[in-house]
Amino acid sequence: MNNGICRKTTRISDYILKALIYLSAIISVGILICIIGYVAFRGIGSISWSFLSTVTSEINNTFGILGNIVNTLYIIIITLVIATPIGIGAAIYLTEYAKPGKTVRLIEFTTETLSGIPSIIYGLFGMVFFGKTLFLGTSILCGCLTLTIMVLPLIVRTTQEALRTVPEGYRTGALGMGAAKWYMIRTIILPSALPGIVTAIILSVGRIVGESAALLFTAGSGYYLPKALFSHIFKSGGTLTIQMYLSMERGEFDSAFGIAFVLVVIVLIINTLTKIITNKMKKGA
Amino acid sequence: MEKVLPILKRISKSSSSDRSIMSGKGYVSFMEQLMECVFTLCGLSAVAAVAAITIYMIISGTPAIFKVGITEMLFGTVWAPTAAEPSFGIAYIVLTSIIGTVMSIVIGVPIGLMTAVFMSEMAEKRTAAIVKPAVELLAGIPSIVYGLLGLLIINPAMGRIEKILFSNSENHVMNGGANLISAVLVLSIMILPTVINVSETSLRAVPLSVRQASLALGATKIQTIFRVTIPAAKSGIITAVVLGVGRAVGEAMAIVLVSGNTVNIPLPFNSVRFLTTGIVSEMGYASGLHRETLFTIGLVLFVFIMIINIVINFILEGGDKNE
Amino acid sequence: MRAKIEIKDLNLYYGANHALKNVNMDIPPREIIAFIGPSGCGKSTLLKTINRMNDLIDGVNIQGSITLDGEDIYDKNVNTTLLRKKIGMVFQQPNPFPMSIYDNIAYGPRIHGIRKKAVLDEIVETSLKGAAIFNEVKDKLKKSALNLSGGQQQRLCIARALAVKPDVLLMDEPTSALDPISTLKIEELISELKKNYTVAIVTHNMQQAARIADNTAFFLTGEMVEMNRTDILFSRPADKRTEDYITGRFG
Repeated sequence: MNNGICRKTTRISDYILKALIYLSAIISVGILICIIGYVAFRGIGSISWSFLSTVTSEINNTFGILGNIVNTLYIIIITLVIATPIGIGAAIYLTEYAKPGKTVRLIEFTTETLSGIPSIIYGLFGMVFFGKTLFLGTSILCGCLTLTIMVLPLIVRTTQEALRTVPEGYRTGALGMGAAKWYMIRTIILPSALPGIVTAIILSVGRIVGESAALLFTAGSGYYLPKALFSHIFKSGGTLTIQMYLSMERGEFDSAFGIAFVLVVIVLIINTLTKIITNKMKKGA
Repeated sequence: MEKVLPILKRISKSSSSDRSIMSGKGYVSFMEQLMECVFTLCGLSAVAAVAAITIYMIISGTPAIFKVGITEMLFGTVWAPTAAEPSFGIAYIVLTSIIGTVMSIVIGVPIGLMTAVFMSEMAEKRTAAIVKPAVELLAGIPSIVYGLLGLLIINPAMGRIEKILFSNSENHVMNGGANLISAVLVLSIMILPTVINVSETSLRAVPLSVRQASLALGATKIQTIFRVTIPAAKSGIITAVVLGVGRAVGEAMAIVLVSGNTVNIPLPFNSVRFLTTGIVSEMGYASGLHRETLFTIGLVLFVFIMIINIVINFILEGGDKNE
Repeated sequence: MRAKIEIKDLNLYYGANHALKNVNMDIPPREIIAFIGPSGCGKSTLLKTINRMNDLIDGVNIQGSITLDGEDIYDKNVNTTLLRKKIGMVFQQPNPFPMSIYDNIAYGPRIHGIRKKAVLDEIVETSLKGAAIFNEVKDKLKKSALNLSGGQQQRLCIARALAVKPDVLLMDEPTSALDPISTLKIEELISELKKNYTVAIVTHNMQQAARIADNTAFFLTGEMVEMNRTDILFSRPADKRTEDYITGRFG
């Protein structure tokens, strides 16, 4: 039965490769479980009401990260207020107005480039351009403007994808009835692309929360609560990640793990939210 | 469509003026023109940003090159910016970034690619539904958190190995495990999500019919994966690697404390300084020529990144042509 | 003459869907058999059952037996790799690998352990000649197979299937994606192939079946209605449903 179809052939290489594939998957997931587990194990002990609700102060003998939480919120909100309209505008230009050609290619190439530039370069650029040239010094606003450029590609690309999924029939339908282009975009395209735009915003929040290198020399490391709502943006203000870095440098690992835990929880929330929205979008489609 | 109908009705009402279609020279309302302008400007903002960054990096990075001398800076190995007779050689720093990146790619890419293969080819839907969010979470964790874990888990482990290996060596400076390998391990973990996601997408894009053709010729599943599917996804996988290189070259905060951060020749157990970590650790207090040199380091990093971006752009365009 | 492939009481379910009902069939060696019938009648499913490509689909349940040279291909000891080496398959859409023409053909032999370049060279040449495409591509063997025309790609896929020296060739509507001239070339090729191979071809084109097949089997909603010599089936169908179909009353 040499010619039969029942002869067993064992391919050792198949088993080795299969083992490598499974091993790699286990390593990837294992690393994540270790990270989450270790951060939770070390961090949860540092979390207390006073840790979250006070500012570090020698006089009151308190140790907390409220100032950093407030700074992080400031930076998230201001950055998004500036970056979202520009990003959506750019995405609208690319999908609705621009004709394929050199300009589009240039914009797409530069957007890709922006997303590839490391945050430390953004930090240097923000420091000289917004800090020095525009006289913002080391301030929350300086950090926000720097981050605006950094999250721009993320918003442009995610919004672009959302706009592309709007069926062509909506556009021809509206234009065919005599609607002008901007009117059509405002009333039909943007509402249909809204979930995608929300995803873009949430993803940007994640990027901003996790950012550190771009903020170290632009927004600085202040940890005081705002004295006045508006003028605070011209003061130095460190986010959670910056405070975490400073704690690590000083060897205060308990508070570093406390902040790490808070950050991981925020990332978890953000990932869950995006998942929920994308699932809804899929169902809607 | 139900949502659209009322809007369409509104459109027809609002535009039911008695203006003739010939009422203007290609009449477009002011608002329409304004918005098109605004959107175009938004679109060009990315171009402006890249131009501004390029110009500022060159303006602030070049003066030190001329003051120190290009060969002395790029090929000098002594970094003593605050000494009485300062020296600004960044050769070891550049070398560390290159070697560190290559090593983390060598470790991270195979693991990442195999994980992507697992997700797209091997895993059942339910398993993939667990691995995928895990990878997304890995991508979302702030780099500084990786740094903390590197500092407290990898460094002590490396420190123990170091003590065994170099217990009799007189030349070796003990650094408690804050060395090149530790930094490389952290970087390899950090590039995993990028490599996994991009490779998985390109593997999934390989048509089923091509896999079937291979199986119908009597190839096993594994043979099909390694001889047909992976080669067919080649351009996507190369993009994944290049993106991984970009991520590894540019990472700063995760490795600044883990790598030891003193300027040394990049040997596995030496405390080393990367381009990025050099900037992070000294920009806070540097002044004068020292500060300008740090910007030159930034410029070198920027040049690396721009090369990587152009390479990616090239690959993607080439990929489009093949289709 | 002993049948090359014997199908006995074959039933196939996709979950709850009963896709093949009690199919019995003997496929004689070195002849062409055509499976015809309207879309969704089970003809493609049957074809894929013969080289166990249906195994790849979730929720498939197969009962009954199919034997190749007397060996049950659904026996648990069967090595699907060897089975598929003996039973080659050509698909509806030409599906060359994104690699050179040479590597496409050499892929199968390499998978089965042939490494020597001289041997591979010879296999590539004979396979391409066997698929009547050698003269068109002999000067560009190192070029990507994706640059060939659709008809050339399909003949390349046939050559690729021949390169592992199968006994049986299964063809799933091999010309449905091609223009008439390429179709004609492939039909000539198939008629040529039966000298050495047993060929089973699924087609929705009755003229094609009439032109090239020795035997034809007609399928309807998972049942094999009738099978006979092609000329008899088309001129004197035994079943009313076959007659309705070949005279164009439905389908």
